[in-house]
Amino acid sequence: MRGWKTPGFWIPLTLLFGWGLIILIMGQDTARETAFTLMMFVAMASSLNILLGYTGYVSFGHIVFFGLGGYFGFYLLSQHDWNMFLAAIAGGALSAVMAGLLGMAVLRLRGAYFALATIGINEAARAFVSNFEPFGGATGLFVNFVVYERYGGAGSALWLTFTLLWVVTLVLFLVSFLVKHSRFGLGLMAIREDEDAAMVMGVKAPQAKTITFMISAFFPGVIGTLYFFKNGNVEPGDAFQLHMSIESLVMVMLGGQGLVLGPLVGAVTYQGLRGYLLTSPIFKDLHLAVAGVFLLLIILFVPAGAVGWVRGRFPRLRRFLE
Amino acid sequence: MLGQLLSSLTDGLLLGFVYGLAAVGLTLIWGVMTVINLSHGPVMALGMFGTYLLFLKAGWNPYLALLAVAVFGLVFGFLIYGVVVHRVINAPHLSTLLATFAVNMILIGVGTAVFTTSPHNIDFSLGSLEVGPIHVPATRLVAALGAVLFTAALYLFLYFTRPGKAIRAVANNRKAAELMGIPSAWILALSFGIGTMLAAVAGGLIATFFPFTILSGGPYELKSFVICVLGGLGNPLGALIGGLLLGGLEGLIPAFMPVSWVPVVEFGLFVLVLLFKPSGLLGAK
Repeated sequence: MRGWKTPGFWIPLTLLFGWGLIILIMGQDTARETAFTLMMFVAMASSLNILLGYTGYVSFGHIVFFGLGGYFGFYLLSQHDWNMFLAAIAGGALSAVMAGLLGMAVLRLRGAYFALATIGINEAARAFVSNFEPFGGATGLFVNFVVYERYGGAGSALWLTFTLLWVVTLVLFLVSFLVKHSRFGLGLMAIREDEDAAMVMGVKAPQAKTITFMISAFFPGVIGTLYFFKNGNVEPGDAFQLHMSIESLVMVMLGGQGLVLGPLVGAVTYQGLRGYLLTSPIFKDLHLAVAGVFLLLIILFVPAGAVGWVRGRFPRLRRFLE
Repeated sequence: MLGQLLSSLTDGLLLGFVYGLAAVGLTLIWGVMTVINLSHGPVMALGMFGTYLLFLKAGWNPYLALLAVAVFGLVFGFLIYGVVVHRVINAPHLSTLLATFAVNMILIGVGTAVFTTSPHNIDFSLGSLEVGPIHVPATRLVAALGAVLFTAALYLFLYFTRPGKAIRAVANNRKAAELMGIPSAWILALSFGIGTMLAAVAGGLIATFFPFTILSGGPYELKSFVICVLGGLGNPLGALIGGLLLGGLEGLIPAFMPVSWVPVVEFGLFVLVLLFKPSGLLGAK
C-alpha cells in the first residue's frame, strides 16, 4: 500500500478537511446548513460510486439505505434513548446487513436485471415503511426536544452533527481510496470490465460484489441517522425521496465514475447548478428538464465525467486526479 | 359477494389488456436492442395529454385522436432513438439506462412547466354494459378491444411484412442481419418507434377512463416492468399475458386485503420472479 504517497490521495482529503474546518471556524449557522446539505450529497454520491464506479452495477435504490438506516438509527435514538453516536453506527450497520442480505439474492442478477430489481426494492421499501407501525407508519417519528440537552442544547447539537458528518465523509473518502487501490478493488474493476473473465482469473465475484454493496450501504445509513437527528423528525416521504437516488447517479456521472475525486466534483457542481436554476426566473420551472439535458450531454459526449475527461486529456495530471 | 368478485375481476382483466399493451412496447425494445427504456412512463403521459388536447381543443373523438397519438408516438420514438439511444447503443447498460432516464427527466420537467401537476380528465362516456352481476363501463371494454387490436396488428406486422421480419432478424442476431443487407440502424429506430407508439397509445386508452397528471406515467411504467419480467423480458406475447395476470391480481386483491397492499404484492412478485426465474414465467425470447 504505497497509494498514500500519491497526490491523488491527498487532494480530495485536503479539500474536504479544509472545507469542514473553514465552516467550523466561521461558526455561521447558515453556512453550516448549506455545507451540511452539500456534504451529505457528496457522501451519498461517493458511497454510490463505490458500487457503481468500481463494479459497474447500476443501483436505483441507493436512497433505500439512507431511509432504512436513518429510520432505524432515529428509532433507537428517539424511542430507546440511545446515544447519537451509537445510534448512527447502528443505523449504518442495519443498512449494511440489509445490503448483505439483499445482495446475496439480488447480485446474482447482472446488468439491466440488477437495475430493474433495485427499482423494485425501492418501491417495496417505501410501501413497507409506510405500513410498519413501530416506525410510526405514515406519520413517522419525532424526537423529544430534551434529547438535545444531552449534547449541550440544540445549537451545539447541530454543530456536533455537522462535525460528525464531516468526519464520516472523510472516512468515506479514505475507504473509497483504500478500496480502489487494494487487491480487492482490482478484482472489482475486473468484474466491471468482464465478469466472466474475472471469475475465471480467480475473483470471487458474488462475494466481492456483496461486500462492496455492504460498504456502499453503510455510509448512507449513518448519514441518514445524522440527518434525521438534525431535523428532529422522520417520515416516509422525507426518508425515501426516490429522486435522490437518481440525483446521486447524476452526480457520480457528472464528476466521473470510478474516481475518488469524481463524486466530490460532481456533487458540488450539480448542487451549484441546481441552486442557480431554482433561483433563476427563466429556468425555475424547468430545472428538472435542464438537469436532464445536462445528464444527457454528459452521457453522450463526455461519458467519463468532468474529472475523467481531464485525466484523459492531460495524462500528466493523472497522478493528481484519482 | 361472488357477483362483486366477478365484477372486479372483469374490471381488472380489461385493464390488464391495456397494461399489457404498454408492456409489449417496453418488451419489444428490450428484445430487439437490450435497452430498458426508462422514458416509457413520460411517453405514456404524453399519450394521455395528446388524446386530451385533441379531444378538448380540437373536439376530436378520443378514439380518432388515438390514431394521431400513435403516429406522434412513432415519430417521437424515432427522434429519441436518433438523438439519444443510437450513440450509446453499444455502450454498457449504465449509459442506456441513464440516457433514457435523462429523456424521462426532460419530458417530466417540460411537461410539469406546461401542464402543471394538477389532474386532468377526459369527460367522455359510452354508457355501460351489464351482463348479470357484471357491470362494465363501455370505455374500458373499448380500451381492451383497442389493446387487442394493436397487439394483433403488431403480430401481423412482425410476422408477415418485410420490415417486421427485419426487426425479428435484428433481434435474433444484429451482426448476421447486417451481413444480409438489413440496415440495422433504421430497423432499431423503427423498433424503438413502435415501442414508444404502443406506450403512447396505452396512455391514451387509459386517459379515456382514468384521470391523469403529467406524473401518471410513472406507476404504469413500473407496472410495465413487473409485467415484462412476469412474461419474460423480450417476449411480446408474454407481456400481454403478464398484463392480464397483473390486471387480474389488481382486481382480486382488494377483495381480500386493503388496497394499500396491492403494490407490496406486485413488487414482491416482481422481485421473486427476478430471483427464481429471471427468464419469466413464459420464458424470455
